[in-house]
Amino acid sequence: MTSQVSSPAEHADEADGADEALVGEQRGPAAGAETGPKEVRRLDRVIIRFAGDSGDGMQLTGDRFTSETASFGNDLSTLPNFPAEIRAPAGTLPGVSSFQLHFADHDILTPGDAPDVLVAMNPAALKANLADVPHGGEIIVNTDEFAKRAMAKVGYTTSPLDDGTLDAYRVHPVPLTTLTVEALKDFGLTRKEAERSKNMFALGLLSWMYHRPTEGTEKFLRTKFAKKPHIAEANITAYRAGWNFGETTEDFAVSYEVAPATSAFPTGTYRNISGNLALSYGLIAAARQSELPLYLGSYPITPASDILHELSRHKNFGIRTFQAEDEIAGIGAALGAAFGGSLAVTTTSGPGVALKSEAIGLAVSLELPLLIVDIQRGGPSTGLPTKTEQADLLQAMYGRNGEAPVPVVAPMTPGDCFDAAVEAARIALAYRTPVFLLSDGYLANGSEPWRVPETETLPDLRVQFATGPNHTEADGTEVFWPYKRDPETLARPWAVPGTPGLEHRIGGIEKQDGTGNISYDPANHEHMVRTRQAKIDNIRVPDLEVDDPDGATTLVLGWGSTYGPITAAVRRLRAEGVPIAQAHLRHLNPFPANLGTLLAHYRRVIVPEMNLGQLSALLRAKYLVDTHSHTQVNGMPFKAAQLATALKEAIHD
Amino acid sequence: MTEALSLIPKAEARQSMKDFKSDQEVRWCPGCGDYAILAAVQGFMPELGLAKENIVFVSGIGCSSRFPYYMNTYGMHSIHGRAPAIATGLSTSRRDLSVWVVTGDGDALSIGGNHLIHALRRNVNLKILLFNNRIYGLTKGQYSPTSEVGKITKSTPMGSLDAPFNPVSLAIGAEATFVARTIDSDRKHLTQVLREAADHPGTALVEIYQNCNIFNDGAFEALKDKERAQEAVIRLEHGQPILFGADNAKGVVRDPLTGDLSVVAVTEENQSRILVHDAHNPSPTTAFALSRLADPDTLHHTPIGVLRSVERPVYDTLMAEQLDSAVEQQGKGDLGALLAGNDTWTVAG
Repeated sequence: MTSQVSSPAEHADEADGADEALVGEQRGPAAGAETGPKEVRRLDRVIIRFAGDSGDGMQLTGDRFTSETASFGNDLSTLPNFPAEIRAPAGTLPGVSSFQLHFADHDILTPGDAPDVLVAMNPAALKANLADVPHGGEIIVNTDEFAKRAMAKVGYTTSPLDDGTLDAYRVHPVPLTTLTVEALKDFGLTRKEAERSKNMFALGLLSWMYHRPTEGTEKFLRTKFAKKPHIAEANITAYRAGWNFGETTEDFAVSYEVAPATSAFPTGTYRNISGNLALSYGLIAAARQSELPLYLGSYPITPASDILHELSRHKNFGIRTFQAEDEIAGIGAALGAAFGGSLAVTTTSGPGVALKSEAIGLAVSLELPLLIVDIQRGGPSTGLPTKTEQADLLQAMYGRNGEAPVPVVAPMTPGDCFDAAVEAARIALAYRTPVFLLSDGYLANGSEPWRVPETETLPDLRVQFATGPNHTEADGTEVFWPYKRDPETLARPWAVPGTPGLEHRIGGIEKQDGTGNISYDPANHEHMVRTRQAKIDNIRVPDLEVDDPDGATTLVLGWGSTYGPITAAVRRLRAEGVPIAQAHLRHLNPFPANLGTLLAHYRRVIVPEMNLGQLSALLRAKYLVDTHSHTQVNGMPFKAAQLATALKEAIHD
Repeated sequence: MTEALSLIPKAEARQSMKDFKSDQEVRWCPGCGDYAILAAVQGFMPELGLAKENIVFVSGIGCSSRFPYYMNTYGMHSIHGRAPAIATGLSTSRRDLSVWVVTGDGDALSIGGNHLIHALRRNVNLKILLFNNRIYGLTKGQYSPTSEVGKITKSTPMGSLDAPFNPVSLAIGAEATFVARTIDSDRKHLTQVLREAADHPGTALVEIYQNCNIFNDGAFEALKDKERAQEAVIRLEHGQPILFGADNAKGVVRDPLTGDLSVVAVTEENQSRILVHDAHNPSPTTAFALSRLADPDTLHHTPIGVLRSVERPVYDTLMAEQLDSAVEQQGKGDLGALLAGNDTWTVAG
């Protein structure tokens, strides 16, 4: 659960050495426990990483563990990490897919820096992830896959299981494949088919270790394989076998409890949600609140496609989804629908934004509402399709010909993607402008518990279409002027085709303010360029709140998905007695009105970003502040510990 | 009234050509073929009897794309090549509109080629008027994707190397359900083709040969000069034998061996083999073969009229039907239920 910026930092989130307390209770479910009841320890938080081949089903395993954890009531945060290839060569380092999950009995903010437990399904998974596991960490390793050839493939000349490589860790060697095949021997499956369930065996084992509820996963498997009940039962059997293996084997002497994070959550109904799902729901909610039909024009691109998939499932909300022939047609169709009176959206990632640039400029010129959702990924060019980055900020700000200002809104957490989508729609509709919604791969695929909003608390986004003439000519004739602006918002009227008497033509050529007629007049162009800029500059956005309990002299300022890691790092510093103020930008264009004053108030402003300092450059240009830019572009989110160190160094610099 | 027009509100009063003229001064070069097309469209619109406010013209970039400014309907002058994409969004979200796309040979076939072929294969309810002058006019005279090979222009002083597109062949290949060709100067023929296009449910592509008197003057003279046209133009009429030339002395026959079409002098012997034009033939083969009769250099044997007009489900209708059946199957969307999903837990105060 991600708290607000202003909330007190009660926990030193992710401080080293989680509390481990021996709990008096013992347990022993129905399964015959010949080894006697096992010890149960209580932890305040755990970080688990499942790692295997791209085809091993690690993402599914992680998703299931996450769902169990969410329904148990822990706070959680996840980091799926997978290659761009659908099935990378088996057993190779580039083919390793992993899913990290951090869950706790208190409020947490990130998927965690380093796993306490690594589940390695093969030598490649071990090799690719071992460096991230701190000494003393637990490693559950599938010994069946450690054949000479498989090890040689990733450069192990001797077996890491017995050459001392793993001496510093608590290792649980488990023949996962053999045990799974054995458990399924009565199912009449081929060995290959049976082996496929080994991820469910691993999930069962981990579910036992951490006292996860099991009903949800069994129900999920029955639904997923409804047409193949035999396969459903096989998976459930493997899952239960994993659980029972933990219960009965001496190697697993201890299991762990992580109590529900009751105090971390305000009252309400919760569910687990990923950023892309929350964003999709935000769009649907915005359509309902504006009483406009939702129209999505899109072209498939990682990591944005899930939004297209999700919206296409909800046609019963009157949502039209159009998979276009290319990125340009995606935004083109959306813009056409906006002209017709829809709440229009196009979804993409950085390379798609580049292709849409000209159409975004047209939307600026037409002054029609349009949402451009950019789920940022590593760039430039094709870059790192499945990894995260924040390097499209300047593209969103400036990536068009001419002076073409576009508002920019960025969500902070997976759940916040919902609110950010509603906010972006508010701006687009009220000001008749395209708006960028800048999410990223980390938010898109990561998940967290989300308080389900009551629909009656959502903002009213209704707009008035133009219905009649809005101008009187000198001779008294009543006419309609498509560019006659609202004096307060500078928004022009939205007159949709089908409205009698308001027939008008709009286009990308410069037009006379008011009449909208083509105009090449120098003074008019000057006026129009400045007016379009003023319209965006004057958009009302909430003031930026600062969390500064100690009256610090250093401010750390972030934007977008770095909220979790920055807040976690700030908590660490404060726990060590280092005062630091924190603020996080949701509105990047226009900036909150109080931002300049706020920056001037601090002696030092540190700006961490997953790019080479794009926000920092904007702040320097606009406010003449000597920001300290801290950047990382490795395709992964910041690690809280490293960020805390960097902040400390910057403070003492 | 066909399906294409059935959802569009009708005009309450009788309309005239004047109702469709906007107050904007027309700014094409004097003598441009676009004037004739504009007059034909404005003159024919009242025949449709549609509410003017439910008609929208969308264009791209180029001389022809200024067209919407001169029509007193709703209109959008968009960006180069993208009009079919924008019109697709408008048409699929507003089935009560009559959506027209005005484009040129560069706009539709070069920079916007992708959008054109995809609109055609989807069969979106659009009427696409492709003004083909075989030259780039607005950028002052470079060769276009329909220019003949070897064309000397500003950008090809030694002659262009590109083989041209035949827009009609291209459209038929792109699964178009309605494909026609007409000529700017033949008002009667142009109007008749527009009438049939307007009635067509789905995408209608109308190629209009249009003279650019500044940069490519006389490009279609072979089809316009009374004497020469008789031998050069093949006027297609559904259900009629394909005959042309002085005294209908020439005709089109199918080679029984190859299935290909050729032009022959009509004799008593071959008279019974003269092809009868069937625009509604579900197979596009013969329409395609007809489109190949024209010589791209001399324009001899250019068929004009409706080459193909077949019925196929309209994309807009299919999209709307999916929305309806989703409501039937799942009930009207309930936002509260959607947000909560199936896996929630409650935190009590």
